[in-house]
Amino acid sequence: MPLLVLGLWAVLALLGPLLPLHPARIDLARILAGPSPHAWFGYDNLGRPLFDRLVMGARTSLLVAAAVVTLSGVLGAVIGAFSAWLGGLWDRVIVRIIDVFLAFPGILLAIALAGILGPGIGNVVVALCAVGWVGYARLVRAQVLSLRHRDYVSAAVALGAGQRRVVFRHLLPLTLAPLLVEATFGIAGVVIAEAGLSFLGLGVQPPAASWGSMIRDGTRYMLVAPHMVLVPGLALMAVVLAVNLLGDRLRDRMDVRSATARTGG
Amino acid sequence: MIGFLVRRILGAALVVGGVVILVFMLIHFTPGDPVQVMLGESATPADQAALRHALGLDRPLPVQLVAYFDNLAHLRLGTSLYSQQPIATILARRIPATAELAGAAALVAVLLAFPLGVIAAVHKDTGWDYGSMGFALLGVSIPNFWMGPLLILCFSVWLGWFPVSGREGFASLVLPAVTLGTAMAAILSRMVRSSLLEVLGEDYVRTARAKGLSERRVILHHGLRNALLPVITMLGLQLGTLLGGAVITELVFSWPGVGQLLIDAIHRRDYPVVQACVLLISVTYVVVNMLTDFVYAWVDPRVRAAGRGA
Repeated sequence: MPLLVLGLWAVLALLGPLLPLHPARIDLARILAGPSPHAWFGYDNLGRPLFDRLVMGARTSLLVAAAVVTLSGVLGAVIGAFSAWLGGLWDRVIVRIIDVFLAFPGILLAIALAGILGPGIGNVVVALCAVGWVGYARLVRAQVLSLRHRDYVSAAVALGAGQRRVVFRHLLPLTLAPLLVEATFGIAGVVIAEAGLSFLGLGVQPPAASWGSMIRDGTRYMLVAPHMVLVPGLALMAVVLAVNLLGDRLRDRMDVRSATARTGG
Repeated sequence: MIGFLVRRILGAALVVGGVVILVFMLIHFTPGDPVQVMLGESATPADQAALRHALGLDRPLPVQLVAYFDNLAHLRLGTSLYSQQPIATILARRIPATAELAGAAALVAVLLAFPLGVIAAVHKDTGWDYGSMGFALLGVSIPNFWMGPLLILCFSVWLGWFPVSGREGFASLVLPAVTLGTAMAAILSRMVRSSLLEVLGEDYVRTARAKGLSERRVILHHGLRNALLPVITMLGLQLGTLLGGAVITELVFSWPGVGQLLIDAIHRRDYPVVQACVLLISVTYVVVNMLTDFVYAWVDPRVRAAGRGA
C-alpha cells in the first residue's frame, strides 16, 4: 500500500506536465464548486480545477523533497564522515556547529531563513537544506566513529590509501543503510516542511501550487467549500503516512538489533 | 553532581553563543541590501542611511557582532521597525500566550501518550497495540496546519463547542493545544511502548512477577518507573519541537503568541523582531533541554556518575 501511494505520487508529479491538465485555467462559473462526476475534487475559489492543482502540488513537493534530501544527505554525510575520521579540533568544531543548528527547534530556522531569503521554491530548498544536513551529519559521524578502528580500515591506511579514499571508498558506503532509513523519514519531514512554509506564504508563489498553499487558500473558504481544505490535506497525509510506513519497514529490515530481536536472538 | 551541572551549563552557554552568532548573521543573508529590503524601494537615501546607522550596519561585521552580544547582555533587543516599540516590551506581551499554549499541548501529549503506550506494550501484538500505534503513526503524519482547520471545522463550526480562534478563556485553548500536542503524543507513545517493552523483559520484572505481585503493580511500579528515563529525554527534545510547531499552530488559531509575531514580522520585513523571536524560542529550547538533562540526572544516578567520569 505505501508503495502504491508513493508510486502514484511520483507518477503524477513526473508525468503531470504531459497530461492535459489546466491548473491555472479560471472558470468563473465553477468558483468553489464541489466534487462532481466531471471534476472529482471540485474547484477552488478562482474556479480552477483542484485535481489539476493537486498534481501541480505533487510536483512541487516531490521536487523539493528529492532536492533537499539528496543535497542535505550528501552534504551531511560528507561533513559527518570527515569530522569523525579527522577527529581532534576539526571534530570538536563540527560537533559544536551541529549542536548550534540543533538548538533551533523543528522548522523554526527554516521559517526564519525562508522569510529572510524571500519566497520561492529555490529559497525553500536552501532553507530546508540549511536545517536538514545536521541530522545526517550526526548519524554518519556516529557510524564512522564506530567503524574507524576496524581492521579493514587500518589495512587500507597501511596500504597507503589517502584520506579521501578511506572516507569515500571504505567508510561512507558502510553508513548507507542507516542513512537510507534516515533519508526515508527525511522525505516525510521535508514534504511536511515544504507544505508548512507554503502554508505560511513563504514557499511557492501563485499561480504555482503547493499542497500547503492550497490548504491555506482552503481555510478561508472552509465554511462554504470544505473540499478545498480536505483534498490537499488528504493527499499530503497519504504521502507522509506512506513514507513513514516505508521508513518503519526499512528500519525493521535493516536494523540488525530489531531483526535479531524478532527472531528471538 | 555539581561538576555535571557546571559542565552542562557551560556547554549550553557555548551553544547559546553559537545561536546568537547565527541569528545575528540572519539579517546578512538578505538578498541585496537588507536596509533597502526592510524600508522598501520608496525610501530616500537619507532614511536608508539613518536606519543603517541605527542598526549599526554601517560598521564592520566583527564590531556589529560584538555590539549585538553587548546589547543582548543588557537585554536591549532593539526597536520594532513596524510599531516603533521596544522589542522587549512586545515580546513580554506575547510570551505568556505561547507558554500557555506549549504547556497545555505538552499536557495533552503526556495525557494521551502514557495510556496509549502502556496499553500497546501490555497488549503487544493485539488489536489494542495495532490501534494505539496506528494512532501514533497517524499523529506524526497529520501536519498541524491541516489538523487545526479540521478541528475548527468539526468542533467550532459544526458542533459549536469551542471558539474558532483567539485567546479568550479555557475553551479557546483546547483546540490549539490538541492540534499542537497530538504529534508529540504520537512520538511519546511509541517511546513509552518500546521503553516499557524493553523493561518488561528484564530479570527484576520477572522476579517481581514471581513473588506474586499483581500485574498492575508490576507494570506501574517496576515497569513504567524504569521505562521513564528515555521518555523524559524524548519529552525534553519534543518540547523544543513543540515550540517550533507553535509558530504554525498560533497562525492557524490566531493565537497571539511569539509564533504569530514572528510570521507577522517576516511579512512586514521587520527583521529585528524576526531575530528576537528566533533567538527567544531557540534559547528557551536550549534551556529546556538543559533542564531535562538535570531531571534525567536527578532521576538516574548513573548519568551523574558518567558526567563525573567524562
